Amino acid sequence: MSDETDLQLRRILTDVLGLQPGQADDFDADTGLFGHLPELDSMAVAGLLTEIEDRLDIMIDDDEIEGEMLETYGGLLAFVEGKRANA
Amino acid sequence: MTPSSWPCPLPGGGIREEYALVFDRQRGPRVLIVPALFDEGNRMRRFTVEVMRRLDRAGCDSFLPDFPGCNESLQPLEHQDPADWTDAMAAAARHFAASHALGIRGGCLFTPERLTAMHYAPVKAASILRQMVRARVLASRESGHEERREDITTRAIERGITLAGYALGADFYRHFETMTPRDDAQIIAQEQVGGSGLWLRAEPDENAGQADALAAIVAAAITA
Repeated sequence: MSDETDLQLRRILTDVLGLQPGQADDFDADTGLFGHLPELDSMAVAGLLTEIEDRLDIMIDDDEIEGEMLETYGGLLAFVEGKRANA
Repeated sequence: MTPSSWPCPLPGGGIREEYALVFDRQRGPRVLIVPALFDEGNRMRRFTVEVMRRLDRAGCDSFLPDFPGCNESLQPLEHQDPADWTDAMAAAARHFAASHALGIRGGCLFTPERLTAMHYAPVKAASILRQMVRARVLASRESGHEERREDITTRAIERGITLAGYALGADFYRHFETMTPRDDAQIIAQEQVGGSGLWLRAEPDENAGQADALAAIVAAAITA
């Protein structure tokens, strides 16, 4: 499931950031997201999280949203994998 | 493509002109396009106009009115009510003698009932608000103060609230929250248009292939 989550998350980021197909393949755990990409403002992050909820069938509480999980691709992936494992 | 205007009824009586972008060559098929709302409206606007250009080439007139309080409108958004928006779109449909309606995302909540409607990627009002409230929670947290979703929604219902830069009145919030698109419209899903929806983009974007596909589906449905 972990590989599938990784793949889905890259797809969602591709859609939200308007990346070319394949561009998200270069993301690694340290790739910076919120705070590093100017287009990822609060509205875009809200959209990103909603899309993650819809496509990966999880619910994200506002209280769970922390700077750390949004800062890097690795942080976001770990958070989403954790949510799916507990779902 | 021509900038135009139409007489929009005011809730307390009277009329104010509102802006619309139109492709009008007095042809038979005349599509009222009810735009996406709020932030999605900005992100989808260029795409929407690109679809209108293609409808024009396919022999269909189209009309893109502003909701009162949005885009070029001089009306204050915070004084709007969803019932006024329903009336406004009905008035625009009458003025432009529309034969069909195409709702885009949240616009599907306001396609006039007397017109045969197509709904592109329709969305419930609750989903739109949920995302706007979440954006506010995130923005507040970023600026160093915590706001809870429950407090935001309570305040919205009691006094109105500004979400993602949009000042929504208490009446608007209360009435809008429960709205769902009418169920007799022809739904156009994103899979039929191809790729991922442009409302997901962090920045406004365009996609010629998607505009071609949506215009072709709409033109085929109304000229059939």
